[in-house]
Amino acid sequence: MNPVRQRSFWMKSAQALFLGVAVCLSLGASDAGSRFTDLGHRLMCTCGCSQMLGECNHVGCPESDRMRGELRDDIAASMGDQEILNAFAAKYGVTVLAAPTTHGFNLVAWIAPFAVLAAGLLGTFLLVRHWSVGKTQLAQAGAGAQSVELDAIHEKIRRETGGDGGY
Amino acid sequence: MATFGSFALIIALALAAYNLLAGALALRLIATGQPVRVSPERLADTARRAGIAGFIAVTGAAFALVYSVFTNDFSIAYILEHSNRALPAPYKFAALWSGQEGSLLLWAWLLAAYGFALRLLHKTDVKLYAYAGTILAGIQVFFLSVINFAAPPFSLLKGAIPEDGNGLNPLLQYPEMVIHPPMLYLGYVGFSVPFAFGLGALMMRYPGEKWIKITRVWTLVTWLFLSAGIFLGMHWAYAVLGWGGYWGWDPVENASFMPWLTGTAFLHSVMMQEKKGMMKSWNVWLIFATFLLTLLGTLLTRAGLVSSVHAFAQSSIGTWFYVFMIVVLATCIFTYILQRSHLKSDHHVESLVSRESSFLFNNLFLLTACFIILWGTLYPILSEYVEGSKVTVGPPFYNAVAVPIGLFLLFLTGVGPLLPWRSASLKAIKRNFVVPSAALWITVILCLAFGAKPWSDSGFEMGRFFALVGFSLSAAVFAAIASEFVRGSRVVAKQTGKNLLVSTWILTRRNTRRYGGYLAHIGLVIIIIGLCGAAFNRNQEKEMGLHDRLAIGPYVLECMGFSQDSNPNYDSEFAMLAASKNGGKAFQMSPEKRVYHASQQPQTMVAIHSTPFWDLYVVYEGVNPGTGQPIIKAFLNPLVGWIWGGFALLVFGTLVAIVPPLTPATASLRVPVRQPAATSAEPAVPGGRS
Repeated sequence: MNPVRQRSFWMKSAQALFLGVAVCLSLGASDAGSRFTDLGHRLMCTCGCSQMLGECNHVGCPESDRMRGELRDDIAASMGDQEILNAFAAKYGVTVLAAPTTHGFNLVAWIAPFAVLAAGLLGTFLLVRHWSVGKTQLAQAGAGAQSVELDAIHEKIRRETGGDGGY
Repeated sequence: MATFGSFALIIALALAAYNLLAGALALRLIATGQPVRVSPERLADTARRAGIAGFIAVTGAAFALVYSVFTNDFSIAYILEHSNRALPAPYKFAALWSGQEGSLLLWAWLLAAYGFALRLLHKTDVKLYAYAGTILAGIQVFFLSVINFAAPPFSLLKGAIPEDGNGLNPLLQYPEMVIHPPMLYLGYVGFSVPFAFGLGALMMRYPGEKWIKITRVWTLVTWLFLSAGIFLGMHWAYAVLGWGGYWGWDPVENASFMPWLTGTAFLHSVMMQEKKGMMKSWNVWLIFATFLLTLLGTLLTRAGLVSSVHAFAQSSIGTWFYVFMIVVLATCIFTYILQRSHLKSDHHVESLVSRESSFLFNNLFLLTACFIILWGTLYPILSEYVEGSKVTVGPPFYNAVAVPIGLFLLFLTGVGPLLPWRSASLKAIKRNFVVPSAALWITVILCLAFGAKPWSDSGFEMGRFFALVGFSLSAAVFAAIASEFVRGSRVVAKQTGKNLLVSTWILTRRNTRRYGGYLAHIGLVIIIIGLCGAAFNRNQEKEMGLHDRLAIGPYVLECMGFSQDSNPNYDSEFAMLAASKNGGKAFQMSPEKRVYHASQQPQTMVAIHSTPFWDLYVVYEGVNPGTGQPIIKAFLNPLVGWIWGGFALLVFGTLVAIVPPLTPATASLRVPVRQPAATSAEPAVPGGRS
């Protein structure tokens, strides 16, 4: 396969993969049941049990049944996911959201882990590169010094034996 | 008994203080070589003996508290708050760690026990053990000070003594709760020992890597205890909390997971130091960080810093811990700066594609995971400080951020053993990666074919995508490790003429550390397969009248009735359900709800039917006040049993790694030795020198 055709093959493969992933991501439509489950796991119960709304199950919880009812009503009223989350946050405060939002200062919560990982990866790559380059230079310098030393010994043998020293 | 216990604690504190001061003075005198009237060696020995006596004193105090629980001595406030007459005996024992004061006493006792063992083994290396013993005494002084002055367990009740106590928290009245906290504490407290050795070795500029070898078993045992504590906690959460899961990314769960991650990183990176003399500073800081994280974990559990379902004991002892953590950190930084020239590496990593760099990346990902969990745990405090409102950092955050890191770690678990030390050629990489790559792609195809797809009717699901990646990587890692076993066993089989199974046994015995480690890695792979199953969990909830049916997966639950029971400790109501799979033979399940008399708190007792493929998990949610009918919630949780099975293998692998290998020296004893023809003292070579 010539290089141009090979490049074209890889480009087409990448496009197909991208398309496949995009199709997977957009597949299907969310029904009310799965939206309830999904949103129930993006909200917290506010009774102080520290459990997610969809999982809060302790007997006599004063909050979770009512909150789940509100969630069902909001879904039935055809509100969007973000709209429902905003409505809950407005009513109960931001602590009702099970994860920080992705705007304002809270974006830091999401960025920091990946920033630390990226910095760590970069640092490790640079460190290993620094070590391996240093090692190569050292080896070359060592080899140079060794050859100078060897030449000196050869010369000495040649002078003392009057020949080539057996080499 | 309260007087005896209080007195024992004061004596223990005095002995620990003497151990610290006399030990530090003796080590200083030995280091400077100053001539003094008392021999520094004898002074150090008296310090060591004080440490041993301290163990006896703390044991006396712990005994006094347990005795008071068993004799229902409600004149002690702690006993009144955490026990009652009807409490079954094993849970009376658990009362020792169910509250703030008792659990701190347990911590001090375990630290004293570790110190006792260390001081008895001091002849291994007298000077290093003296340093480690003195540092442990410093830690003990802190804990005993907290117990004596801030959280005394033997405080007496003022006024009339009630007839009965308030009882133990119902969440703790479960068999695993008798063993989970001590295991976790053994892990937490145990990291004090490698920390003490690490700091001591740095202080005395210990030559060579022998201290790493000495602490290896301590670290492995401690790590094993912490792992056991975490997994028992997971199982307890699964069986008791009744939400169908085992890990909720709760701050206190996170607190136990963080030192586990840094401890795991330490266990891996010390191999580089032992084999290549690399990463000395890194290892020292890893063990420092692990110890500091155990303190942070204790602080989180107790100080009410973050809200948690596990925060049973909240008080004002936070300040003590803040101060102690600052003192420990300052000591670590000061010692490191003073002695860092001693930690220069003998070698460096030579190539990005090598066993060494796989360890480096393993450490990087483990520490990043630790950072993410620390960040997520403490972020609510930061957001409150910056924005004035405390946000929640719950499972959606960790699932999105920490799970991908975990998958990278899994990938490295498989890659590491396939890479040679120093550097790898492209040919070697291709040869070693063929089988794992094939296993990976075959698993992807099988998963997709059998319905483990990342998309469903409701669209693309990230959880299922991660599960697919997890299954495939697990297969690849398993293939990689299995091929290592097969390769080694074939060589042994060729040498010994034994079959492959026996050869695998011999191979493992010859290098217990390496192959025990591989077994632990296989255990981890099995655990991850079990965790991936959570992406396919299903649940159904229904109000069930008599003979009503609830179907979930291949199971049908039929309500056969509801009943009530009572005993001196609690009242209970429970459902009797006949469960059957695909219309087969029925078996009974009885989920239960209890209300404990002493505390008047309710508690769920889940009914679980486990199979290798899934758990049928049934919860009795209580009675609907509107209809008077009980509500049953059923979960079908795939592969949960693999988590517990994988953990058992992890424990077995770690134990194998601790066992000393059948070294060539001892192995030769088992091979018949050819007798020499003559036993004369003449030299073997004529004319040779004797």
